[in-house]
Amino acid sequence: MNLHEYQARTLLKAAGIPMFEGDVASTPTEAEAIARRIGGTVVVKAQVHAGGRGKAGGVKLARNPAEAMDEAAQILGMTIKGLTVHKVLVVPAAEIVTESYVGLIMDREAQCPVFMVSAAGGVDIEEVAAKTPEKIVRLPVDPTYGLFPHQALRLAFVLYRDFTQVKAAARIMEQLYAAFVNNGASLAEINPLVTAPDGRVLALDAKVVIDDNELFWRPDLGVLRDDSAEEPSEAAARRANLSFIKLDGNVGCVVNGAGLAMATMDLVKYYGGEPANFLDIGGSSSPEKVINALKIITADPHVKAILFNIFGGITRTDDVANGIVAATRQFKVDVPIVIRLTGTNEVEAIRILEGVGMRALSDMDQAVQQVVQLARGAA
Amino acid sequence: MSIFVDRDTRLLVQGITGREGSFHSRQMLEYGTAIVAGVTPGKGGQTFESRVPVFNTVDEAVRATGANVSVIYVPPMAAAAAVVEAADAGLPLVVCITEGIPVMHMSRTMPFVRGRGVRLIGPNCPGLIAPEARAKVGIIPGNICSPGRVGMVSRSGTLTYEVVNHLTRAGIGQSTCVGIGGDPIIGTNFIDCLRAFQNDPGTDAIVMIGEIGGTDEQNAAVFVREHVTKPVVGFIAGQTAPKGRRMGHAGAIISGSSGTAEEKLAAFEAAGIGIMRRPADVVDLLRSRM
Repeated sequence: MNLHEYQARTLLKAAGIPMFEGDVASTPTEAEAIARRIGGTVVVKAQVHAGGRGKAGGVKLARNPAEAMDEAAQILGMTIKGLTVHKVLVVPAAEIVTESYVGLIMDREAQCPVFMVSAAGGVDIEEVAAKTPEKIVRLPVDPTYGLFPHQALRLAFVLYRDFTQVKAAARIMEQLYAAFVNNGASLAEINPLVTAPDGRVLALDAKVVIDDNELFWRPDLGVLRDDSAEEPSEAAARRANLSFIKLDGNVGCVVNGAGLAMATMDLVKYYGGEPANFLDIGGSSSPEKVINALKIITADPHVKAILFNIFGGITRTDDVANGIVAATRQFKVDVPIVIRLTGTNEVEAIRILEGVGMRALSDMDQAVQQVVQLARGAA
Repeated sequence: MSIFVDRDTRLLVQGITGREGSFHSRQMLEYGTAIVAGVTPGKGGQTFESRVPVFNTVDEAVRATGANVSVIYVPPMAAAAAVVEAADAGLPLVVCITEGIPVMHMSRTMPFVRGRGVRLIGPNCPGLIAPEARAKVGIIPGNICSPGRVGMVSRSGTLTYEVVNHLTRAGIGQSTCVGIGGDPIIGTNFIDCLRAFQNDPGTDAIVMIGEIGGTDEQNAAVFVREHVTKPVVGFIAGQTAPKGRRMGHAGAIISGSSGTAEEKLAAFEAAGIGIMRRPADVVDLLRSRM
């Protein structure tokens, strides 16, 4: 789960990491009040889960509270990469002497949290990683022991020479590690970590991603989820416990298992079609899940045909068949449905479908070719 | 012959009385797997399906029955602890089926598991099956598999079934099918399985089913080039996936340039691995190389 910048700031601040003041606003008036409190020039930043906010006009400088109000009025409600801006963050346009990068990520290869620190911060860190990887210092942390003091110091010495600043940066490393662990993060990033003209070391911008698997037992983190920041169909799918991603094509896909779902999308493309979505109904599927899946897919006007690709293992294909029948009774599905199912209880599933005049195929390639053709004919 | 499990496998099921555990234990028994013990804390003394004794702890179960493999069907929040318990009891092979374990739990668990010299398969995996030995450890449907000489290793579940089904229908049997799991942190990777298949006299060729995300397949390709003399064919799911989007598996995230399908397919190509464009290609591709 991605957090907004303002939410990430709150978590890091709670861990003790020093930051410039700043606050989040939902209305231009609130933005004005925050700008007045901060004083001087401020930056008004759109809070959406999309990169390239600046280029899209979602980050603006304001020299006084009145300008902050105007800029907030412009930014609030605007759309960046399909997502509507509902909140802006107002922070001081701080004067800074140096900028560096501090990131902490759960690394799959090292199988532990790994610090990445670079004095070349502020700019695009991916570019630094690609072009001059030697400028990034990596340090794996054994989660059994946590970050040792000497490791924090070593990281801080990458960024600073002055020992007072080294100690301040080392403390921030420790605080960032604590925030990462305590919030079940898979990524926690300060970019940039800056030096103020008076020599203080502060975090200017923060990014935190929470491991979705932590949310089940951490309701305190779950409330940070911002439904309005997601594609509406994706939010609806998540509430229905479906793994769903909206795409641009016209072939709706309902599949069990993430790997098979990806392979199905690939096969749709292989036969000249364009998938409209990724959808994994998961292992133990109930008819209810199938109904929800069909609701979400048929809500997309671009969908011209729907493919079910079910390989029954734990998933009972008769459950899926019952779901399809129940869904088509509940609401009208205007586009053709192609059903491929094989595996657990397939005889029963085929009987259920044939009872309402539907057919089921057993071959994946045949089903995909058919659905691609139907979508093309309708387009 | 097979890898990791065989006729001598004496299986212990952690979470045998739970909903998932009991369902799949019945399936494993039906397939012919020797389940010698179950463990559910607080339910020691019961008997599962009037033939499998249930114990309170893994240690007790191992001492009483000589179990040598454990399979875990324990809810996500307790699953990492169950892995540790199995490793602590001295079981050399632990298979964790559970999906949804926080990554930090696994990060803390792996050093302990490795320290005990235990092989962990998973988590978030379908387990493994050796058809000839009738050893099914996990949830891979037994009826789609057939005994034979092709080794399969895969990061996914149902996509593995799809490919195995093609093989079986074409009369190509399998020595062992291993699902290594889709999570970012897993105990056994492609290379571990490739090495085992290369050393297994019962395996003549290998099928590798990968996914977008991470660098496991690329590392595996290098290993194939340098150490595997048996024919290998491979598939990468997610060739049409948009970048930076999570596709259900926590592992299948493309970040930066590392982990795209193109990168993985290029690594396969460079290692001489036969590339399946579709799951159905597995049959012809294998036949042309065996």
